[in-house]
Amino acid sequence: MIRVELPAHLRTLAGVGREVALDLPADGCACVTLGDALDALEALYPVLRGTMRDYGTGRRRAYVRFFACMQDLSHERPDFPLPEPVLRGSEPLLVVGAIAGG
Amino acid sequence: MTGVRVLVGTRKGAFVLTSDGKREKWDIAGPHFAGWEIYHLKGSPADPNRLYASQSTSWFGQQIQRSDDGGQTWQSVGNEFSYDGTPGTHQWYDGTPHPWEFARVWHLEPSLRDPDTVYAGVEDAALFRSTDGGQSWQELSGLRNHDTGSSWQPGAGGMCLHTILLDPVNEGRMFAAISAAGAFRSEDAGETWRPVTKGLRSEFMPDPEAEVGHCVHRIAMHPSRPDVLFMQKHWDVMRSDNGGESWHEISGDLPTDFGFPISVHAHEPETVYVVPITSDEQHFPPDGRLRVYRSRTGGNEWEPLTEGLPQQNCYVNVLRDAMDVDSIDECGIYVGTTGGQVYVSADAGDSWSAAVRDLPSVLSVEVQTLP
Repeated sequence: MIRVELPAHLRTLAGVGREVALDLPADGCACVTLGDALDALEALYPVLRGTMRDYGTGRRRAYVRFFACMQDLSHERPDFPLPEPVLRGSEPLLVVGAIAGG
Repeated sequence: MTGVRVLVGTRKGAFVLTSDGKREKWDIAGPHFAGWEIYHLKGSPADPNRLYASQSTSWFGQQIQRSDDGGQTWQSVGNEFSYDGTPGTHQWYDGTPHPWEFARVWHLEPSLRDPDTVYAGVEDAALFRSTDGGQSWQELSGLRNHDTGSSWQPGAGGMCLHTILLDPVNEGRMFAAISAAGAFRSEDAGETWRPVTKGLRSEFMPDPEAEVGHCVHRIAMHPSRPDVLFMQKHWDVMRSDNGGESWHEISGDLPTDFGFPISVHAHEPETVYVVPITSDEQHFPPDGRLRVYRSRTGGNEWEPLTEGLPQQNCYVNVLRDAMDVDSIDECGIYVGTTGGQVYVSADAGDSWSAAVRDLPSVLSVEVQTLP
C-alpha cells in the first residue's frame, strides 16, 4: 500500500481526508514509479485529473510539488522509482501546493 | 415573480444571494468552492435550477462545477479543454509567436433551449461547447483558426474570450468577443466566424481601424432586438444597429468612456447602463465616486445614478462580467465590485443598497429571475 498525502484543495475536490491509500505495488512487482502512483491516484479519483499534471503533455503543473522521504521529486521523470519506505507504506508521497499568495 | 437568485463569482469562492421580489432583504449562501477563483457562474435559461460554474486556481487548474438544484449541491464535471488539432501560435506581448495554452474558463453561456448544452469562453482565446451537461468539451475551432488568429495578442489580463451572446431570434447566429482581438460573429452555430469591427477605432493600434486587435470589454444585447448591440470597449461606448456590421460611438456626455461592463434594461431596449472608470491606467471611478450611468435614449445622453452608492473615497472597479439585470416588472440592476460589495437597485438604477458588503473581490454577477 502506498500512502499519498494531498493538499487541502485536492482533498475537498476528491472528498477525502488528508491521506489516501493506493493499492500499489501490484502483486509480484517490486518497483513503483512516480508516474505509476499519480496514474493510480487519478484512476481512483478521476476528479483529480488535470489538477496535478496537464492534460495532453502530462507535465507537472507549475505550482505543484511532489516530495517523499525529505527529497524533492518534482523534477524527476515519470519513470523515477519511488523510495523504498514509500513502497512499504512507512512514508507518504506528498503532493504539495507551492507557496504562492494572493 | 417570486424572487431573484444572484450568482456571484469571487476571487475566493462563489456566493448565492436570494431575495423576494422586493429585493430588500438578502439571504447569502456560501462560499462554495472556498479559496478557488470563480470567474463565472450562470444558470440555464431552459432550466433555472441547472447552473454551471467555472472554478480555477493557478495551483490546480480548471474545474467545471454543475448544480441541478439551483446551487444547493454541486458536482465536478469535465475539465479537459484540449484545443482542436495542433493549436499553433498567437502573438505574445513582445510580438513573438507564442503557443496557444489553455489557462482558464472566463465565461460560461448555457444554451437558450437545452440545459445540457453550454458554451465556454477560455484563455488563451477559444470557444468550447459541451452537449452533455459539461462532462466533455469540444472546441469550435473555426474561431481560433480564423485567418487572423496568429496575429491576436493578449491584453494585460490575458487573451480571454469573455463574451458569448446567443441570438434568440436568428437561429445559429452568435457573437463572441476577445481581449484584445475584437468582436466576431457566426451564422452557423459557431462553426465559422468573421470579425465584426467596422467602425471601431483603437488608438493603441498601429492602424486604429484594423479589422482585429481591438480590446472589446463587453457586448450586450436585448433579446427582443438582437440586431442592436451595445459595446463597452477599452475606451469608447459603441452601438451597432445591424448585428455588428458597423458600429458608431455613443459615449456622448459620459465623464469617461473607459469601463468594463455594459447592460440593457430588461424591458426597455433603449435603456443602457455602464460604469465609467477613470482610465486604463487608473482602474477606479472618477473622483472616488461610484456612479452607474444610465442612458434612456440608446446612448449619447447619460445620467449619473448615485443614490445609495459611495460618493467619496471609493476606489473599487467593476469587472466586465460583474453587472446584470433581473426581469421583474420594475427592473433590478446589480453591480459587484472588486471591493466585495454587491449593490442592488430595485428601481432601474434610481436608488441602490448593498445586498452584501464584504465578499472577496467580485469577478462576476449573474441574476436569475425565479418564477
